[in-house]
Amino acid sequence: MTRYETVIGLEVHAQLKTRSKIFCSCSTQFGADPNENVCPVCSGMPGVLPVLNRKVVEYAAKMGLAIDCRINRTSIFARKNYFYPDLPKGYQTSQFEQPICEHGHVDIVTAKGPKRVGVTRIHMEEDAGKSIHSAHDNASYVDLNRSCVPLIEIVSEPDMRNAEEAVAYLKAIRSILVYLDICDGNMEEGSFRCDANVSVRPFGQEAFGTRAELKNLNSFKHVQKAIDFEVERQIDLVEDGEQVVQETRLFDANKGTTHSMRGKEEAHDYRYFPCPDLVPLVLQESWLDQWRSELPELPKAREQRFLSQYGLSSDAAEVLTSERDMAEYFEAAVAAFAEPKKIANWLMTDILRELNQTGGRAGDLLLTPQNLATLVRMVEEGAISAKSAKDILPELLLTGADPEELVKAKGLVQISDTSALAADIDAVLAENPKELADYRAGKTKLMGFFVGQIMRRTKGQANPAVVNQLLAEKLK
Amino acid sequence: MKISPEEVAKVARLARLDLTPEKIDQYAGQLDGILGYMDKLSELDTSSVEPMYTPVDQISVMRDDVVRKDFTREEILRNAPETDGAFFIVPRIV
Ligand SMILES: [Zn+2]
Repeated sequence: MTRYETVIGLEVHAQLKTRSKIFCSCSTQFGADPNENVCPVCSGMPGVLPVLNRKVVEYAAKMGLAIDCRINRTSIFARKNYFYPDLPKGYQTSQFEQPICEHGHVDIVTAKGPKRVGVTRIHMEEDAGKSIHSAHDNASYVDLNRSCVPLIEIVSEPDMRNAEEAVAYLKAIRSILVYLDICDGNMEEGSFRCDANVSVRPFGQEAFGTRAELKNLNSFKHVQKAIDFEVERQIDLVEDGEQVVQETRLFDANKGTTHSMRGKEEAHDYRYFPCPDLVPLVLQESWLDQWRSELPELPKAREQRFLSQYGLSSDAAEVLTSERDMAEYFEAAVAAFAEPKKIANWLMTDILRELNQTGGRAGDLLLTPQNLATLVRMVEEGAISAKSAKDILPELLLTGADPEELVKAKGLVQISDTSALAADIDAVLAENPKELADYRAGKTKLMGFFVGQIMRRTKGQANPAVVNQLLAEKLK
Repeated sequence: MKISPEEVAKVARLARLDLTPEKIDQYAGQLDGILGYMDKLSELDTSSVEPMYTPVDQISVMRDDVVRKDFTREEILRNAPETDGAFFIVPRIV
């Protein structure tokens, strides 16, 4: 048993889904040609003035409301000073004293049970540009398209005690942002980023150990691995009587290790001061009322509703609500065919597997929720076998075809009509008098033979359950 | 002394200013004078006064979230120290 306790605090940077940048009217569109979405404000030309985007304030406040923060009626912007070529002004406009939101919390569940994680603050800030470094011509190439794109930074309390809790917290935050429709939550493209502050201390010690800040964590798996590695590294240092150094460490996804970003020791001396170019932001009560009324149903509430309204298992309710896309897909399918448990089963197995493999999201599926409902209905009504449905699912997912038409085209329609099948059964019995006599003499194993003949006669389209039932009656 | 030459040297380094020891002493003296004057202001009891972050009257000046493109890339890159027509090019930093 380890004698050490891990302490983790997380900083999330979420890129907000606005059309224009936080302090100028340039587009935030991802993937534009370098420096196409740039103006004198976001390229840091002297003499320009920033003007705050109203939507950024709304989105930041909505996140605060969603996680029970206190919303500061007056908040101010500050300059965070450091030098880097992709930061053209030489400072990042951010918030320091009086951020827009403080003192919130998020509830998570891990193997150890439920836990409440505190959120210290949420503040608004601008992103920096991007630089590409070329060893070949000893130059750095700077693209300012991302400069001034709006971010909120969500800072947690150091409340997490292991990597699993950290990942659960991040998933909860990401899910809420996506439900609010204020951030697309894409970790790989960097619209949802996370830094982890990690330290260890002997159990029972109240003072925190020295922390390292882990960066470059661009998937939940990396967060888990980086924290696990870092905790081991720090415990080893302490056990060996060495000191943990307060520093920034980069996670190397290939090696699964963290390494020091040396030479940045001054980088933390940001000399914040209030930004004289931006006037204080004072929120009116009517805005807050409006934003509060616009909050959608959030993941936890939806999970509870899925349990009570649809009678789903707690596992299904959690999985199907963690992504807003998936929850909406499920509800649209249930609206088309009211068998929630059956539809949940299909989503939780085959479709989730497909999404995990392709890395896609429910909202991107070519198979519409209405078509999934049709497929499930056909199985439930006996129009096709469950096996046929599973067989054609990959094609439905790939092409978005109408399941009824595909079933017809492939000749998969099951014959469940008892009168049609009764005629086939009579014909098979008439064609095989010897077997019929043997069966009646006690060779009941011949039941399988008759079923096989009927399936052959119907080219496999007979509903086996109906055949079995009818045949048993005829042979009585 | 309100500010030591060591602190002046540190602030200069953070601001990427390369100062001679003579200049550091000179600025330390000047900054000390300014900070001393600030201390004089601090003698006033302001406990009942809200901190002022701006001398401007307006609050909550905001714009709508509307995209506008007022400058071409060519115009923006005209201010670059060096460019290939797409990027700002600066001496390599890492
Ligand atoms: Zn701009």
